[in-house]
Amino acid sequence: MDLSSISLTLLIASLMVAATPILLAAIGEMVVERAGVLNLGVEGMMITGAICGFVAGVETGSPWAGFLVAAIGGAAMAALFGFLTQYLLSNQVATGLALTLFGLGLSSLLGQGYVGIKAQTLRRVDLGPLSDLPVVGRIIFGHDPIVYLSLALVAGVWAFLRYSRAGLILRAVGESHDAAHALGYHVRRVRMLAVLFGGACAGLGGAYLSLVRVPQWTEGMTAGAGWIALAIVVFASWRAERVLIGAYLFGGITVLQLNLQTAGARLPVELLSAAPYLVTIVVLVLISGRAGGRANAPADLGKPFHASA
Amino acid sequence: MIRLVRRPAPSRFWAALSPLLAVALTMAVGAAMFAALGSDPLVALRTIFWEPIFGEFAWYFRGQLLVKAAPLILIAVGLAMGFRAGVWNIGAEGQYIIGAICGAAAGLALYPAETRLIFPLMVAAGALGGFLWAMIPAFLKVRFGTNEILVSLMLVYVAENLLASAAVSWLRNPESVGFPGSRNLSRWASSANPELFANTGVHWGVVAALIAVILGHVMLTRHLMGFHIRLAGSAPRAARFAGMVPGRMVVFCLGIAGVLAGMAGLFEVTGPAGQISIDFGSGYGFTAIIVAFLGRLNPLGIVAAGLLMALTYVGGDNAASNLGLPVAAISAFQGMLLFFLLAVDVLTNFRIQIGRGAVA
Repeated sequence: MDLSSISLTLLIASLMVAATPILLAAIGEMVVERAGVLNLGVEGMMITGAICGFVAGVETGSPWAGFLVAAIGGAAMAALFGFLTQYLLSNQVATGLALTLFGLGLSSLLGQGYVGIKAQTLRRVDLGPLSDLPVVGRIIFGHDPIVYLSLALVAGVWAFLRYSRAGLILRAVGESHDAAHALGYHVRRVRMLAVLFGGACAGLGGAYLSLVRVPQWTEGMTAGAGWIALAIVVFASWRAERVLIGAYLFGGITVLQLNLQTAGARLPVELLSAAPYLVTIVVLVLISGRAGGRANAPADLGKPFHASA
Repeated sequence: MIRLVRRPAPSRFWAALSPLLAVALTMAVGAAMFAALGSDPLVALRTIFWEPIFGEFAWYFRGQLLVKAAPLILIAVGLAMGFRAGVWNIGAEGQYIIGAICGAAAGLALYPAETRLIFPLMVAAGALGGFLWAMIPAFLKVRFGTNEILVSLMLVYVAENLLASAAVSWLRNPESVGFPGSRNLSRWASSANPELFANTGVHWGVVAALIAVILGHVMLTRHLMGFHIRLAGSAPRAARFAGMVPGRMVVFCLGIAGVLAGMAGLFEVTGPAGQISIDFGSGYGFTAIIVAFLGRLNPLGIVAAGLLMALTYVGGDNAASNLGLPVAAISAFQGMLLFFLLAVDVLTNFRIQIGRGAVA
């Protein structure tokens, strides 16, 4: 095995690219869960975003149109989930699963005839001399715009939840919908908006996979990324800055195992491919073993709200 | 203005009717989807839902129906216990794959012995494999409080990687040149899971599914464990006063689902699938989730739901070969069915009031 072929600079740069889809989905889901809704359909919304974005990207030739359509597609799926859980009061766990199963089927249906095509991908931002700086240039100044957008989203969500009045209302709805309702806030409206935001973020994350990271369409290409995003929200104990850490740690593991595979590590390929999932399990165990691991969860997470109750 | 008013008790009428309503709605929207895909919706619906049962080639399709329904029913009965008790095992696909691998490995270790004892041994090994795989999330849940949804799902991806490595290296047929995949288990008399009656599709998996349904039904309605499962789902606090131990419930529900899913995998690999191959995992573990809900988490309902879902598979294949309808349309159709079911379920617990009611 030749470890010297792995460059640390490139490793960090590609880690950020690998982490971006999960980061986008996770930050969206975190907002949803802070509003007290558990949407297990992240995988379904991501894959819908991946195919919507890819189709739009191919048809228009513009990756930006792809990302826009992906966000709309993800939000549309989320709207379905929101309508069922918020207005028809269906079980959130079951509805989230339904969203994932439906999204996987729908995406492979929409993707007929798009397998094996290449789409126009995003160009890296060129900041001239800054991008040419050694090490820092590649890591900080050499990415495509969506990487920066994802970082801006994390910062935005962090500030929104911490400093804005609307963020306070959203957290109140998540902690106690009855109290929030009694204060006159529109619980369902707040939750619907959060769910739509989460769907749009998941859609963007999916499109990042099909338009930038891979960039191609294959059936079931998200391969559990949406579920890992859910795990990262738990890992982050529902805090924006920790979502960033979690996603980048995870991206690091993904990139490292890919690099080990190409460097010819004497480990079975299957074990390396399974590593991200095994690591996720280990992390989940460590988090839940910690004292008060779930104490940070929004108090009304996953509970249905009906005004008459 | 339309308002929802909570019923004092769930309506039995709507609980029974809502799956039928959901199926009807899914067919209507599905017809629109087929029309959008460019085939005559009525012809498509007839090809999927009518021809396999009453058409010209029904003698072939009816057998296929049982072949597809058996694993779905077997897995769904196990899942339903957990879903009732609030234990969310969504990794049945992984337990199914591991069951097949363990069972096949146990059999292949004895190749080429000729004895009738090998098949029962393989069934036991498959059940044990599924059980142990399900015990991972169960143990982590009980010991550390780790979320079983995420762990059981992550283990599906781990199982798929294990399957790939089994197919290309340690269970690969040593006599095949260059091809991945194990020896053909359905062609080795000691391990074969053949059709028991010609042209009926009945193999040992169908028999096992039938037994599981009966035992599941008896347990839920007549046994203390069944009572605890039902109680744990509807009133967890009351269940604890009734002497239920939550940890034991998690272990039991995941364990039974693992055993049944593992057995389903074993019957599949020794019969219809024939060998361990990279694409052995066929999504039965996920479709079974839909079957469990469509069957109202009730073993008898699951039989009907499993047959209906098998019909969409068989009819979908029929439509794919005769009408050129994409196979993916069927999985979208199945997902839609669960959506509609969850949506119309609101009628079970709520009454719709139109017009102005008293403000609550």
